[in-house]
Amino acid sequence: MDVSVSPVDEPRTIHPGTPRVDRVFHGSVRAVALVVLVIFGAIGLFLGAKSISTFHLYGGRFLTESDWEPSLNRIGISSTLLGTMLVALTALIIAFPLALATALYISEYAPARLKPALVSLVDVMAAVPSIIYAAWGFFLLMPHMIGVSHWLHQYLGFIPLFRVDTDPNAAVLAQARYTGSMFIAGIVVSMMVLPIACAVMRGVFAQAPIGEREAAYALGGTRWGMIRTVVLPFGRGGIIGGTMLGLGRALGETVAVAIILSAAFDFKFRVLENGGSTISKLIAERFGDATTVQLAALLTAGFVLFVLTLIVNTIAAIFISRSRSGAATEA
Amino acid sequence: MSLPPRSDTPSIIDAGPIVLDAPDMEPAKGGAHLDAMNISAWFGSNKVLELVSLSMNPGTVTALIGPSGCGKSTFLRILNRMHEMVPSAKLAGEVRLNGEDIYGPEQRVTETRKRIGMVFQKPNPFPTMSIAENVIAGLKLTGRKERRAERAELVERSLLRAGVWNEVKDRLDEPGGALSGGQQQRLCIARALAVDPDVLLMDEPCSALDPTSTGRIEETISELMSEVTIVIVTHNMQQAARVSQRCAFFLAEAGTPGGIVESGSTEKIFGDPDDLRTKDYVHGRFG
Repeated sequence: MDVSVSPVDEPRTIHPGTPRVDRVFHGSVRAVALVVLVIFGAIGLFLGAKSISTFHLYGGRFLTESDWEPSLNRIGISSTLLGTMLVALTALIIAFPLALATALYISEYAPARLKPALVSLVDVMAAVPSIIYAAWGFFLLMPHMIGVSHWLHQYLGFIPLFRVDTDPNAAVLAQARYTGSMFIAGIVVSMMVLPIACAVMRGVFAQAPIGEREAAYALGGTRWGMIRTVVLPFGRGGIIGGTMLGLGRALGETVAVAIILSAAFDFKFRVLENGGSTISKLIAERFGDATTVQLAALLTAGFVLFVLTLIVNTIAAIFISRSRSGAATEA
Repeated sequence: MSLPPRSDTPSIIDAGPIVLDAPDMEPAKGGAHLDAMNISAWFGSNKVLELVSLSMNPGTVTALIGPSGCGKSTFLRILNRMHEMVPSAKLAGEVRLNGEDIYGPEQRVTETRKRIGMVFQKPNPFPTMSIAENVIAGLKLTGRKERRAERAELVERSLLRAGVWNEVKDRLDEPGGALSGGQQQRLCIARALAVDPDVLLMDEPCSALDPTSTGRIEETISELMSEVTIVIVTHNMQQAARVSQRCAFFLAEAGTPGGIVESGSTEKIFGDPDDLRTKDYVHGRFG
């Protein structure tokens, strides 16, 4: 043996030696995953490309104009965009506490025997078609919400958000002014946001480490004390992320909003008042009888919604992955 | 390895002497009397402990030794009502803290756990809290309010008692999770001491630590001995011999619930045990 050769003191190439089965499987799942990304990117590109002509034609006015009146060539989405956000925010304000309380109850308080039933019940809520929620909202909820809206108007009417263009103390209540509002649409959408937000929060709460839970109890903590010191700080990312995912859902909800919300294109914050519009409602209702130019304009509105949802969901993903619980799921 | 033939009685539940002297009702200075009386425990229908009795006295460290699965951790968790956290867990018998049954109907579980603190096998500081916040977490959890100055003093005193003050005094605002494993465990001891317990239970507190950190924790245990009654579960025979004055040897023979084979002074258990199984175990011949 020749021992005089000095050893090579450099990092050597290491061949992974992956078995063929692994390589084939790796390749095929990567291909499928890529297809999903490509489709998603294509939708964005398609909407973006279609929007170019609209922006050429209307320029910045498309974003500032509130009216949608193709016959007068007045086309813009400012009121629609505002309506989209107001409906989504109303939904979120209602859904957030409900989702949080439901998730906490299921993961921390519910008896073990009841848990699976409650979990599937919430999951079923997510599976109910939105047209069912729309019918519920229109026929059952709306008549009962007039009183609530009127009460809010009466006592909180000084806040611009709760103003309604009618006299709250009139002898005969102008009931029609309180129907078909963004507020009622928001309540219905909240029912669809709730299960999504709740599922994400519950999943994260359930992962709160047993060691920290026991530490809290062993110090003499009450259950609520334990939840405050361990479960909620641990689940913070999930709470924020779940809510944002729900917001993404709320921004895009179409059928329920289209049925409940009476069409109106005023740039207004008055959520209790009859009338309003959202982007998805606008597209759904104007799609059928649109000319080429209008169609392009509708697709542009869709593009704006697409970008908005993308931003919201990206922020949600960042929050989830930055939190301890999210990092733990990825590891 | 099979067990050597038994030398004496067939019963494995040859419990140590039950101390039934009238316990003084005043909380004793430097710890409390903790007496477990005829404790049996089940998970579902599986009986894991049978009629275990043991007295743990102030000023002493009591070590619970025995092979894995003999019920010593279960026994320890029964002593501060952590056992009942497991949904299917049941128990029989009494645990008396200065003469009062902690499972009595008038007892608040949160109050009991405050008086009987616990340190776990795996260090478990609250990772979102700073070192100082971790120490006083028990106050927040039990709804006790302290003024800022008192809080700072409590943080310092607790960290001093746990023997970790010098290492962390300059970074009290850093997260507790950034410390080394041994420091984290001593932070957990400080956290348990901050609520001023009469008894401190330790469930294999050093099994996740290196020898140096283990040594530091053992020093801490010796220093705390005069202030609080200590019960420690350990798999490490040398550790039991080093830190404890009293020792209880648990054993669960195939298919039977666990029980105490022998208990007594550590000197006797390691030097001249009555039971052959104890002798074999402490000399590392099985388990």
